[in-house]
Amino acid sequence: MSGVQTSQGVRKIVIDPVTRVEGHGKVTIRLNEAGEVEEARFHIVEFRGFERFIRGRLFWEVPLIIQRLCGICPVSHHLAAARAMDAVVGVDKVTPTADKIRRLMHYGQVLQSHALHIFHLASPDLLFGFDAPPEQRHIIAVLNRFPEIGKWAIFIRKYGQEVIKATGGRKIHPTNAVPGGVNQNLSVENRDVLRKEIDQILAWCGAALERHKGYVAANQALCRDFANFKSNFVSLVGPAGGMDLYEGKLRAIDPAGQMIFDDVDPTAYRDHFIEEVRSWTYLKFPHIRSLSREDGWYRVGPLAQINCCSSIDTPIAEAARREFVAENHGSPVHATLAYHWARLICLIHCGEKIKELLFDDDLQGTDLILQGERRPEGIACIEAPRGTLFHHYTVDEHDQVTSANLIVSTTSNNEAMNRAVKQVAMNDLSGREITEGLLNHIEVAIRAFDPCLSCATHALGQMPLIVTLEDADGSLIASRVKQ
Amino acid sequence: MSEDKFTFTVDGIEIEAEAGQSIIQACDAAGVYIPRLCYHPDLEPAGHCRVCTCKIDGRRSSACTMPAAHGMVVESDTAELNGDRRILIEMLFAEGNHFCPSCEKSGDCELQALGYRLGMVAVTLPYLWPERELDATHPDIFIDRNRCILCSRCIRASRTEDGKTVFGFEGRGIHLRLNIDAKHLDETTLAAADKGVHVCPVGCIVIKRTGYRTPYGNRQFDQAPIGSEIEARRARPKRGVESK
Repeated sequence: MSGVQTSQGVRKIVIDPVTRVEGHGKVTIRLNEAGEVEEARFHIVEFRGFERFIRGRLFWEVPLIIQRLCGICPVSHHLAAARAMDAVVGVDKVTPTADKIRRLMHYGQVLQSHALHIFHLASPDLLFGFDAPPEQRHIIAVLNRFPEIGKWAIFIRKYGQEVIKATGGRKIHPTNAVPGGVNQNLSVENRDVLRKEIDQILAWCGAALERHKGYVAANQALCRDFANFKSNFVSLVGPAGGMDLYEGKLRAIDPAGQMIFDDVDPTAYRDHFIEEVRSWTYLKFPHIRSLSREDGWYRVGPLAQINCCSSIDTPIAEAARREFVAENHGSPVHATLAYHWARLICLIHCGEKIKELLFDDDLQGTDLILQGERRPEGIACIEAPRGTLFHHYTVDEHDQVTSANLIVSTTSNNEAMNRAVKQVAMNDLSGREITEGLLNHIEVAIRAFDPCLSCATHALGQMPLIVTLEDADGSLIASRVKQ
Repeated sequence: MSEDKFTFTVDGIEIEAEAGQSIIQACDAAGVYIPRLCYHPDLEPAGHCRVCTCKIDGRRSSACTMPAAHGMVVESDTAELNGDRRILIEMLFAEGNHFCPSCEKSGDCELQALGYRLGMVAVTLPYLWPERELDATHPDIFIDRNRCILCSRCIRASRTEDGKTVFGFEGRGIHLRLNIDAKHLDETTLAAADKGVHVCPVGCIVIKRTGYRTPYGNRQFDQAPIGSEIEARRARPKRGVESK
């Protein structure tokens, strides 16, 4: 269903649902008496309640139950939960084989998720233009018009999923990580199949980056100015501040690139972050505790990962990072559309890490699970495809979970997505009508964050964008829905 | 054939049996699988689940409790009986809370495996969503009654094999539930080595901290459908038994 509802004398716009994102959200834009945009809100209207119904379950079930939050990034939840449960079983460091199997699975996950976002969800906007007719802006049209890109879409994603299957038995919702380790290593047969294809995958990832750089060069003003606003950034970084998407310490930088905090162990996340609840959305608003609610919000995800890290330990991605950073003379990049460029760098990084691991004999080790002294609490943090993901559990003496707290990447990007929507609405809303163009531009801004609304509300069913235009008194002017 | 042996047929296959054997015992020995849930070869039969119901000389009876007899004509693998079995399995899914995707018994669960074998693609009956408890007080064992199918295997094993009375039934009809002889599991005499702990066909009575250790593909029913281990016996030529 797609349609615009307008009426005279009232001033509210609704876009419901937002399309080509994972989950169900809607946008409302409220106008003031002068007819200018006063406020824009991105509402997440799903409710899932995983944090509640996980209570009472046995702790070793959690990595399997909690990954059902999402069909796109289940591995991120699976691994974050397993790492939290490592702490519960008293294991601070798993065996080299377990660590590398989990890492391989994680890089496969990020590779396939980024490929899905870049090619299937975002590329129709970039290839056909934000204002192209909706019937043209989808992956099938990409396959018809740009078959080479369509090939990248299918085969890069497929490869990432094959990595997940090789390590966890299934492409979606695998099982591999258990508290204290993993349940299998990588077979030589699976390793050899993956080895044969990785160079081609890396070549395609590199070609995709070059193609995107060409797009940025040809659309400089758009890429620089579209939904561009300054923010803090948060990411995990590894030793010496290098990129590490699997584990590390928390780093937060301000809009100028100065440290807000660094080298923070994820177990201390509550000392540095606070979550705020607002009545009109199921999505919380986290912000940095040492800063005010107004100043403490931040962005996570590929742009934050690139802005926060000092280097990348794989050569092709590091060269790409240096080129990206040089574009803004070393300062953090704030343009919302730069998420796509950053995502492509991370895509390449994952491909390189997969190749590195496939030639590491530790993956065929047989020392898989460790056991330590039971503890009552486990906290873990991982860089999921959409950014920093926190899992925090407490477990009682009977092995039952007594509490769970998840801060998912989309939650951290909540304020930023609301600001992006407001800025696009201020620039593109003319009069009282919701045009297709406005709808598209708002979706492009939200989509750049690759939000996962299902994860964020910890939802079932279809995922339609709803935009509503409201009057200053909250009455409805117009509403438009896209399935 | 010795004097105490005789034959009967199941779905037209001639089965050799000994006096005292039930139909299901004789069929198992001969490599003919009759679907079942409450039956366990080490325990006395109970006839609770009715999944093994066959037509014996035209009348329905459970194959686990009916003694085999000379000249019996048994029908088992028919569309009608398998359809009834599928509905029985659906009822068990609908009246409990069975979340296979995250259950640690998934892949090793006889209820799930029978659902697959009998072609149950979805539960067509309304779910009852009962409120059931999980008892994790025991240091080595937990009971998740959400998954209990009231097969009574644990009750029989605890009494006859373990010499204990840890388990029993409480209530009647739809209110029947698995009970224990104390308020909490840690107050019972149940031990991890007890037979009563190891005969559960589903994920109700489980040894703690052992879940998900077997990867996908290597779990019991990933390799072959339930009953294949019995049917494999027919592959070995047996004297006096016709090969399929």
